[in-house]
Amino acid sequence: MITFEHVSITYPDARRPVLDDVSFEIAEGDLCLVIGATGSGKSTLLGAINGLVPHFTGGTLSGRVVVDGRDTARFRPRELADVVGYVGQDPLRGFVTDVVEDEIAYGMEQLGIAPAAMRKRVEETLDLMGIADLRSRPLVELSGGQQQRVAIAAVLAARPEVLVLDEPTSALDPTAAQDVLSAITTLVHEVALTVVLAEHRLERVMHAADTIAWITPAGTVDLGLPADVLARSTITPPLAALARELGWDRVPLSVREARRRVLADDIRPPVVAEPAPVHGEPVLVASGIDVRYGDLVAVRSVDLELRAGEVTTLLGRNGCGKSSLLWALQGALTHAGEVRVDGRDPAGLPAAQARRLVTLVPQTAADLLYAPSVGEECELADRESAAAPGTTAGLLRRLGVDVEPSRDPRDLSEGQRLALVLAIQLSAEPPVLLLDEPTRGLDYSAKADLTAIVRELAAAGMAVLISTHDVEFAAGVGRRTLLMADGELIAEGTTLDLLASSVAYAPQLAKVFAPSPVLTAADLAGVSR
Amino acid sequence: MVVPERTDALRTLHPLAWWCWAIGIGLAVNGTTNPLLLILVALSMVTVVMLRRSDSPWARSVRAYLVLAAFVIGMRLFFQLLLGGGRGETVLFTLPSVPLPAWAAGIQLGGVVTAEAIAYTVYDALRLAVMLLCIGAANALASPRQALRSVPAALYEASVAVVVALSVAPQLIESGQRIHRARRLRGDSSRGLRSLGRIALAVLADAIDRSMSLAAGMEARGFARTRGLHVRGALPLMLASVLSATTGGYLMLATDYRWLAAALMVAGVAGTGLGLRRAGARLAVTSYRPHPWQWRETLVAGCGVVAMLVVLGIGGLDPDQLGPALAAVLDPLAFFPSTNPLAWPQLNGWMLAVVALVLAPIPLTRTGLQRIPDAARTDVAVRSPRPRGRLAEAVR
Repeated sequence: MITFEHVSITYPDARRPVLDDVSFEIAEGDLCLVIGATGSGKSTLLGAINGLVPHFTGGTLSGRVVVDGRDTARFRPRELADVVGYVGQDPLRGFVTDVVEDEIAYGMEQLGIAPAAMRKRVEETLDLMGIADLRSRPLVELSGGQQQRVAIAAVLAARPEVLVLDEPTSALDPTAAQDVLSAITTLVHEVALTVVLAEHRLERVMHAADTIAWITPAGTVDLGLPADVLARSTITPPLAALARELGWDRVPLSVREARRRVLADDIRPPVVAEPAPVHGEPVLVASGIDVRYGDLVAVRSVDLELRAGEVTTLLGRNGCGKSSLLWALQGALTHAGEVRVDGRDPAGLPAAQARRLVTLVPQTAADLLYAPSVGEECELADRESAAAPGTTAGLLRRLGVDVEPSRDPRDLSEGQRLALVLAIQLSAEPPVLLLDEPTRGLDYSAKADLTAIVRELAAAGMAVLISTHDVEFAAGVGRRTLLMADGELIAEGTTLDLLASSVAYAPQLAKVFAPSPVLTAADLAGVSR
Repeated sequence: MVVPERTDALRTLHPLAWWCWAIGIGLAVNGTTNPLLLILVALSMVTVVMLRRSDSPWARSVRAYLVLAAFVIGMRLFFQLLLGGGRGETVLFTLPSVPLPAWAAGIQLGGVVTAEAIAYTVYDALRLAVMLLCIGAANALASPRQALRSVPAALYEASVAVVVALSVAPQLIESGQRIHRARRLRGDSSRGLRSLGRIALAVLADAIDRSMSLAAGMEARGFARTRGLHVRGALPLMLASVLSATTGGYLMLATDYRWLAAALMVAGVAGTGLGLRRAGARLAVTSYRPHPWQWRETLVAGCGVVAMLVVLGIGGLDPDQLGPALAAVLDPLAFFPSTNPLAWPQLNGWMLAVVALVLAPIPLTRTGLQRIPDAARTDVAVRSPRPRGRLAEAVR
C-alpha cells in the first residue's frame, strides 16, 4: 500500500538528511507504529506519506514514495486526500470549521461528493467513531479525546485507504487514550484500513501494532515485527525494559503476554521496600484553594502541603483542574484561599518576587521563550532573577544540555527546550518547583533524564509538584501521589499504594505483577527466578 | 435525488437572512437620530438575540458589542465635555476653562456645558452605538463563517481567505494572553517598547505557526482540488457584464436614456450571475446540508429591508414639498428631533412599525438554544487556565 524507495529527505540549512536512503513497504491493512527518539524524523516520515513533506514543508526528497500506486512527487497532498487521511499532532489547530458535523463533511465537500451520499457517510462515520451525540457541538468546546476522535472521523469520512496519525494519544489521559486507540483498532479490524501511527508512549499502542518502523539515530528505518524491532531498538517501553531486566530474548507486546511468561517462569518479584518517608519541613501550605471561571468551579477547596525534598505527582483526567491548581499555587491565577510559602502568599507579591517562592514550568513551556538565541535567553534570565551572570547557562549545562549560545530556542528539540525553560525558572532559586505536563513530546531516554534531574533537585531540598498523564513517568519519579477529580483532591498517598491498586492509572509492570506491588523495571533488580 | 432537509422545527435560519435583517436595520438606524426610536430598536435587537441565538461560543459575543457601544457613547460625551462647544443656551454647568495659546485658536478646553450640546452628542453617539449593536447581533445569531459558507462557488477562494482572516484576530488575542501570563511566570514585568516588541514577536510567531497548521490541515484534506475542467468564456462574460452594468448606471444617473440604462443594467446583472455560475463549475466543491432559502428567510430578510426603506424613505422627504396633510401623516421631521432649541423627541406610528419589524423574527423563527450537559463544558474551560479567555471568545 505504501512504498518508500531509497527515500532521503533533507531540510534546507540542515547538515545531514533527516531520513537517509530509506526503503520499506507497508502492507495493506497493517497497523504500523513509527517509533524513534525525539526529533528523529517521525513527523517527517508521516508527512512524506501524503506529500506534505516536501510539497508543504519545503526541503528536498530524493527517491520515490508511492501510495496506492500514486507517486507523491507528482501528486500534491490535496490530490492524495481521497487516499491518505492525515491527522496532525494538535487536532484543534487543524480544524477548518466550527462544528463537529461541518468538520466531518469538509473533506467530502472538497472531494465533490454528492450531498445525498455525504449525509449518509457523515452518519456512518459518526457512529463508527462513537461521536453521534457530539454532532452539533462547537469544536472548541470538546475535550482532548473527543477532539482527537472528531479529527479522525473527519478524515475517515473521505474514505481514505490509509490513515496517518501523529501522536494521537500523547496529550490524553489514560482513559481517553484507550478510547481513541480502541476506535483505531476497530478501523483496522473492521474497515481494513492501513494505519500508520507515530507515538512516544509505546505502552499505550504497541500491543495493537502489526509492524514497527524504528527510525534509527542514523536516519535509517528498521521495519519488522514488533517483538523483533523492540529487541533491537534503543527505544525501551516498560515491557522491553522488563524483558531486558529479566534476560528474556523476546519482548512481550502486551501485559497479558508478559503476565503469562511471568507465571510460566514462576518469577517472584522482590518485595519493594517503601522508600523512607521524607521528613522535610512543609515548604508550601495551601488551604481552601478555589478557582472559578464564571459560574464554573475548576478547583474546589483544595488543601495541600508540599515538603522540602519530596517529589509529588498529581494525576487526574483531562480537564479535572490540575493546571488551574498549579497556576493558582504560583499565584498567577485569581483564586480564593491561601498559599503560604516562607510565611508569604505568592499571589499578593509582584511577579519577580513570587517566582522566587514558587516557580512554574507551564504546559506550553515554549511560551516562556522569546529571545532570539539561547545565549540571550540565559542572560535575560540572569537579569530577571538578579543572579550572577552565567548562572542560567551553568544550570542548563548541569541539566545535560550543551548547545551553542547562538542557537534559536525554537530550533531546539522538545527535551532541550524544556531543559532551557527549567534552567530559566530555576535561576530564581525557588524552594518550590511546579511542573505542568512536562513529558509531552519526550522519548523514554529524555524522560529518564528528566526523572534524574527532578530527583537531584529534590535531594538538594526542593519541593517538587508534577502534574502528568503519563503514569509510567509518575511511577518512576516521585514517592507521593495526589489524585484529582472534578476539581477536588480525592486521594493522597504513596505512589506505590495509589498506582499499583488503580484501574486507570496502574503502570504496565504493576499490571504484570499484580498483586505484588511493582512499579518500574528498576524495582526488579535482584529478582528471584 | 433531493434529500429533504432537516425538519422545520430543527432547522435554524439561513445565516444570510440574519445578516440581511441586521444590516437593513443598521442602515435604517443610520437614517435617524431620534433617541426614543434608537433605544427601542436597541432593546428589541437585544431581545431577539437573547431569544434566538444558538448556544455556540460566537453567540456570546453580544456582550462585547454592548460594552463597545457604551464605550462609544462614553467617549463622545467625554470629548464633548472636554472640548465644549458653544451650542445652545440652556447652561447646565460650567467647567473650569483652560486658556490655550494663540496658535490653538478655535479649540477650547472646558467651559460652558449646555443641554443642547449634550443632547446633540448623545443622539449622534447613540446612532453609532446602535449600528454597532446591529453588527454584534448578526455576529451572535449567525457566525460569519456560516454566512460565508453560502456564497457562490466562484467566490469560494475569496470566502476562505475571509474566514482565515476572521480567525486570526481571536487567535492573536489568545496567544497574547497566553504569552502575557507566561511572562509573569518569568517575573518579567518590564514595560515599554522593548518588552512590547518581544511579546509582539512571540505572538506573531505563534499566530503564524497556527496559520501554517490550519493551512496544512486544509491542504491535506483536499482544499482547492479542481475538477481539472477548463472553464471557457467565464472571464470575458463577467467583464462584459460588469462593463454593461456600469454603463447602465452612468446613463441612469447622468442622462435621460432611462430605458436603455435599465436594459443595460439588467443585462449586466444577469450576465454577472451567469458568469459566476460558470466559474463555479470549475470547482468540484459540493455543499453539505446547504441552507435552503424559504419563506421564513424571505420574511426575516424582508423585515430588515422594509425597516430601512421606511426610515430612509420617510426621513429623506422634505416636508416643505409635501402637502400639509401628507406631511402630518408622514411626519419626516420626527426622525430628526431638534436639539437647538431642545425639544422632547416624539414617537409616531411609523417608528413603532420599525420597532415591530425589528421584533418580527421572534414569531418567525425558533430558538437556536440546545441543552449541553454542564459536564461537557467543564472539561474545556478547565483544560487551560484562561482568566480572561472570554475576550478571545467574544471577538469571534
